[in-house]
Amino acid sequence: MNQKKEAAIVGVYEYPLRKVGGKLSPLQIKAACAVEALKDAGLAWSDVDGIYDAGESGPMSGLTISEYFSVNPSVINTTNVGGSSYEFHSAQARRDIMAGKGNVALLTYGSTAHSSAFSIGTGSRGGNALDPVSNIESFSGMTLVSNYAMVANRHMYDYGTKREAMAEISVVTRYHAMRNPQAVQAMKDLEFLDIRETTIDDVLNSRLIADPLRLLECCMISDGGGAVVIASPEVARDCRKKPIWILGSGEATRYPVRDTDITCTAAVQTGPEAFDEAGISPEEIDVAMIYDSFSITVLTILEDLGFCKKGEGGDWVAGGRLRYEKVSDGPALNTDGGGLSSNHPGMRGIFLLIESVRQLRGESTSQVKEAKLAVAHGNGGMLGSRHSAGTIIMGVD
Amino acid sequence: MEDESNELASRPLPRLEEMDTKYFWQETRNKRLSYQICENCSKVVFHPRAHCPGCLEGRLSWQASSGRGEIYSFSIVRQSYHPFFRGLIPYVVAWIDIDEGFRVLSNVICSDISLADVKIGSRVELEWEEHEQLCIPLFRLI
Repeated sequence: MNQKKEAAIVGVYEYPLRKVGGKLSPLQIKAACAVEALKDAGLAWSDVDGIYDAGESGPMSGLTISEYFSVNPSVINTTNVGGSSYEFHSAQARRDIMAGKGNVALLTYGSTAHSSAFSIGTGSRGGNALDPVSNIESFSGMTLVSNYAMVANRHMYDYGTKREAMAEISVVTRYHAMRNPQAVQAMKDLEFLDIRETTIDDVLNSRLIADPLRLLECCMISDGGGAVVIASPEVARDCRKKPIWILGSGEATRYPVRDTDITCTAAVQTGPEAFDEAGISPEEIDVAMIYDSFSITVLTILEDLGFCKKGEGGDWVAGGRLRYEKVSDGPALNTDGGGLSSNHPGMRGIFLLIESVRQLRGESTSQVKEAKLAVAHGNGGMLGSRHSAGTIIMGVD
Repeated sequence: MEDESNELASRPLPRLEEMDTKYFWQETRNKRLSYQICENCSKVVFHPRAHCPGCLEGRLSWQASSGRGEIYSFSIVRQSYHPFFRGLIPYVVAWIDIDEGFRVLSNVICSDISLADVKIGSRVELEWEEHEQLCIPLFRLI
């Protein structure tokens, strides 16, 4: 194995609250998280020479964030591809560090989606945008949930996937959430009913939002934020905690044309690329942090990353295979509780990195024993039409 | 305020000034579903564009579709906060593979009873919804 250990995640922080109720702005959440992530790394504002920002807190964020944080970056990257932006940022930060353009990259995220009452999933896509795609699709009233539901329906049609299989994703995610005090508090604060471990029947008896997806297969809409610090080996060696190396990455987009198989995600492109670069195979992965906007998102991405064959995800995930105790082969899934049961303020990608790091440090509330390798896979946009995929593979020394 | 809420309670309509889709929507007045073919590389193009994404010598020409196809996938929307679509619940959103080789997003209109007849692979045909300046291409089961 010829792994390149040329950039490492050295600091992380997840904002602990999911309901800030008009007390904080997204920008303030970003700064609060940056402070804690830099402390976690043992670094200071003045060490930061790269800013990576998805622009969720306002326009021209490359400018505004530099000033707000009062840093003097030599790399300014404002890639926004939706929820997977932070996997893209990590891949790009690593390349920038490897190219010698910077030593300390700072990624931040802040959102008040819950307090601002965004109806992200059920609001129907806007009618006023003046781009050709919106102008030819928005008359249909496709909600975000129904977009993903079309992937689920086609997956069931093509492969005989059962609703129980998709429900399994929700069950294992909640199982992990119940062990995470922040996730439990999040569900309380967001007024979830009946906060407990769930069964497949619970999921299948929850109400339909867009057939075949049901309430317990849809992520929450929270406030929140986070920060990640990525550093060069020279800096990483002197940080407070052990470096979590970025070993491989993949970035891709996918969009509809005739004959597009919507059960296949852009992970078919990013997965092999990232695993090849890391010099490992999916079977070696201990922890899989997969963007769980909906149950079907996880099922299709697990297949496309190569954990099992296309179409066999339904059988593969059954029987608690994805629990953190690792009852059989296969990775632990979304051990923080995921977007389904812990944290989804709109762009969850940063939390996939943060929980991967916690696992590889031994700091998770659903700790996988001796976890050495993790994959974070972000999905942005809408799986059933146009979406982005970012895969990051991480490992310990 | 009242005007605004009335506007929200109707179907969100496309804007006729959008450059790529202007001709498509103009043609819906004549109840024609238009798509493009490149005369150089024969690529079928949809959504409409001014350039060919298949070759660099692109010459796109407009064609009129038969308006028939089959459901590639669909979902029945049970919850929407949009003032118009909330009133339509439950309604069918679908990707439809049109016989001429392009895929469109639309609704399959049907009664609550015939919802169960909507299936992947079902044959559908156009059913135009008339508006003042254009028609909306919806579909019904054949």
